Amino acid sequence: MSSPVNALHDTLGPRGKARNLLISTVSALAILALLGWVVYTAAGNDIFNDRWAVLVDPSVLGKNQSAGDVWYSLVVRGLIFGTLKAVAISVPIVAVFSLVVMVARLAPQKWFSWPARAFIEVFRGLPVLLVMLFTVLALDTDPIIAVVVGLVMYNSAVVAEILRAGVASLPKGQYEAGLSIGLTRFRTLMLIQLPQAIRIMLPALVSQIVVLLKDTSLGFIIAYAELLNITKNNYNYFGEETKVVFVAVAAVLYIGTNALVSTIARFIDERSRSRKLAQYADPDAPIDTGRVNREGMAIAAQAHTGHVDPDNRDDT
Amino acid sequence: MTALINNADMVLQGFWLTLLLSVVAGLAAFVWGTVLAAFRVSPIGALRAFGTAYVNIVRNTPLTLLFLFFLVAAPQLLSLILPLQWNFFGVQTPIGFPMAFVAMTLYTATFVCEVVRSGVNSVGIGQGEAARSLGLTFFQTLTLVVLPQAMRTVVPPLLNVFVAHIKNTSVAAGFTYVEMVATANRLANTNPADVVAIFVGIAVLYLVMTIPLGAVAERLEKRVAIAR
Repeated sequence: MSSPVNALHDTLGPRGKARNLLISTVSALAILALLGWVVYTAAGNDIFNDRWAVLVDPSVLGKNQSAGDVWYSLVVRGLIFGTLKAVAISVPIVAVFSLVVMVARLAPQKWFSWPARAFIEVFRGLPVLLVMLFTVLALDTDPIIAVVVGLVMYNSAVVAEILRAGVASLPKGQYEAGLSIGLTRFRTLMLIQLPQAIRIMLPALVSQIVVLLKDTSLGFIIAYAELLNITKNNYNYFGEETKVVFVAVAAVLYIGTNALVSTIARFIDERSRSRKLAQYADPDAPIDTGRVNREGMAIAAQAHTGHVDPDNRDDT
Repeated sequence: MTALINNADMVLQGFWLTLLLSVVAGLAAFVWGTVLAAFRVSPIGALRAFGTAYVNIVRNTPLTLLFLFFLVAAPQLLSLILPLQWNFFGVQTPIGFPMAFVAMTLYTATFVCEVVRSGVNSVGIGQGEAARSLGLTFFQTLTLVVLPQAMRTVVPPLLNVFVAHIKNTSVAAGFTYVEMVATANRLANTNPADVVAIFVGIAVLYLVMTIPLGAVAERLEKRVAIAR
């Protein structure tokens, strides 16, 4: 735990410890009571009956399906070829689009930078669902295309801003050095500034994937066959009682996938952080104030794009 | 264009419902999120664990799934059936409001919590130490000294969370709440010739809310940054 939090409370004496123990016990009991109530109500509704058999042996419910069929539909058709397919198609397009938008946004020519600016402001400010619905209704596309269009528009705008913030947080010397060895402005950006900006912003970029992944669930509303729609098909087929079962499975699959991506983000973050620490640990290495400053500015830049919390997670 | 003008009352009603849900659920999420943040920095292990578990679970759940939970799972699991409308002293809330309110509040609170928590961590250690040396308890330190200062730095990121929250209210369109996106959908279905104009009009109404708020957040952020 970081020290600022510890600074809020003293190391306790015997009386404080006793009081703390009392409050801890009471609040632990309150939380247990809450959980107990959930389990009690659920049991009262007969939730622990054979409805869960649908996940291991659906024939109990008198349906002509095997457990393999159920899991195939949820994991393969729903998660992999629904949700993750939309992610896999969107991410590379976002990478290219956001780069183009960022380069245009940083261009000195107004006629070049203003459209990029407008694109960012508009698509950052619109609900992804509105864009998806527009694509379905006005352009009359397949739902998968609408989902991808919605995700690409919003995320390109956000990622372009993340990259721009990363470039802005670099010391000016990087840019000047690029120009002084005869690179053009564009080549300085692409060869010198951008690679560093991507490294600085890597945690924010990876966690943007979690945002994108969660937003694929909007496909539920425009009838794209992603995990939630498959979930709905399943409980409609197996009947009223299995609703709880399938929603629980969908929640576990989503939370598990997102936790995995978040863990990767944290791993990358820690790795880049420990590399910096290793540099400070070297007694002969001069203390690079530019680097310290840059880290602070990177955090500020994340706040700017809406990435504020310590583990660099944004919602949207 | 004519579809928009002829149905101006519907569009305004949609705008009003988006605004209503954004503000009411936004305020509730602010309160609940701040309580969660207090849990997460408190000396009480059980509360810390609860706050951490809550935030990590809800934040990793798509908002759509949260709505679906209250629609189909909560009635069976918790005997909790959210009514289509709430009745406040004779005033009916719009249809679909209860579910939208509960889901949006629980979801946005996690982001409020993380922002407030990082704000608490940004207040100088000396402030907490000074408060303690005056003999203030944890609760007094937090509410009288640290949180008021944290709120200052927290305003810009909170505004960004609120912008995201406004946009997220659109998910309620899929769950019987007829806000702006649902209005756009209805109008587009009844006026197929005017789809583009309808969507542009609705988009402008969103941007009227989100762009100024984002700009204010950016400005405040610069001022706070200089003051510190």
